[in-house]
Amino acid sequence: MSPVRSTAAHDAGLPAALRGDGPGHESAVRELHALLLKAARFELGRRSAQLAHVRGDELDDLALQAADDAFVAVLAKLDDFRGDSRFSTWAYKFALYEAAVRVRRRAWQHREVLIDNERWLAVVDAAATDPQRRLDEAELLRAIRAGIERLTPHQRDTLVALTLQGVPIDVLAERRGTTRGALYKTLHDARRRLRSELAADGYGPLP
Amino acid sequence: MTRERDDLLPRLLGPAAAEVSCDECFDRLDAYVEAELRTGDAAMPALTAHLRGCPACAEDHASLLALVRSEG
Repeated sequence: MSPVRSTAAHDAGLPAALRGDGPGHESAVRELHALLLKAARFELGRRSAQLAHVRGDELDDLALQAADDAFVAVLAKLDDFRGDSRFSTWAYKFALYEAAVRVRRRAWQHREVLIDNERWLAVVDAAATDPQRRLDEAELLRAIRAGIERLTPHQRDTLVALTLQGVPIDVLAERRGTTRGALYKTLHDARRRLRSELAADGYGPLP
Repeated sequence: MTRERDDLLPRLLGPAAAEVSCDECFDRLDAYVEAELRTGDAAMPALTAHLRGCPACAEDHASLLALVRSEG
C-alpha cells in the first residue's frame, strides 16, 4: 500500500486520476484506499472504549472492511464530488461512517433490541416528579408523556428506542431492515407532532 | 439532577429549528467541517440543528472534525 501523501497533493489530482484510466489510475486507487484505511483506523481508535473486548486482529479486520466498503461508496459517488471541500475531507466521511456503523453494531451484536415502552416511559414519569425539577418543566414533561401516548405505535416505539432506551439508530435500522434516514424521519415526525400539540396546548417557547 | 435528566427534554423534542435529513447532512458534512475550521461557524443552521437532534450524525461530525483538525 502506498503511503498517504499530504492532503494538498491528494486534492490536486486524485479525483481526476480515479476517474481516468491513464497511467496514474492504479496509483490513485491505492492512495484512495490508504486514505480510507487511515480514516477507518482513526475512528476505531476514537471508539476504543467500546471495543475493549475486540482483539487486535479483529480490529484490523473491522478497519479493512470499513475501508473496503467506503472505497466502493466513494467510487460510486465520485461524480457527486463538487469540490466544496478538499477531496480527502470528502472521502474521509465515507470511511468514518462505515467504521462508526460497524462499531455500533458490534457493540450490540449480542443484545436483543426489546422496546419496552412502559419501562422506558417511566423515565419521563420519574423526571416529571423529580422534586429538583422546575415546575414548568415538570408540567411540560407530563404533557409530553401524554403526547407520546397519542403517537402512532411506530412513532412511539422509535422515539422510545432512540431517545430513552439509547439504542443506536444504525442498530435499530439494521434490526428493522431499514435505513438511518428513514428511521430519523420517523423520529422527526414524532417530535414535530409532539411540538405541534404542545404549542396548540399553549406550551412555549419550547427548548 | 443527573445529566441524563438535564438533556431529557431536548432528546425527546429534538431541535426547534428546521433541520436537514441524515442524507443531506452526510452530503454536506465535509463542507460544513471545513467551514467550521476556517471561520468557526459553518453558517448552515439546518445542518447544525440536525446535529443537535441526531446523535449518530453528531458522532460522524465530531470524528470528521477531529480527523481534519489533526491534519492541520
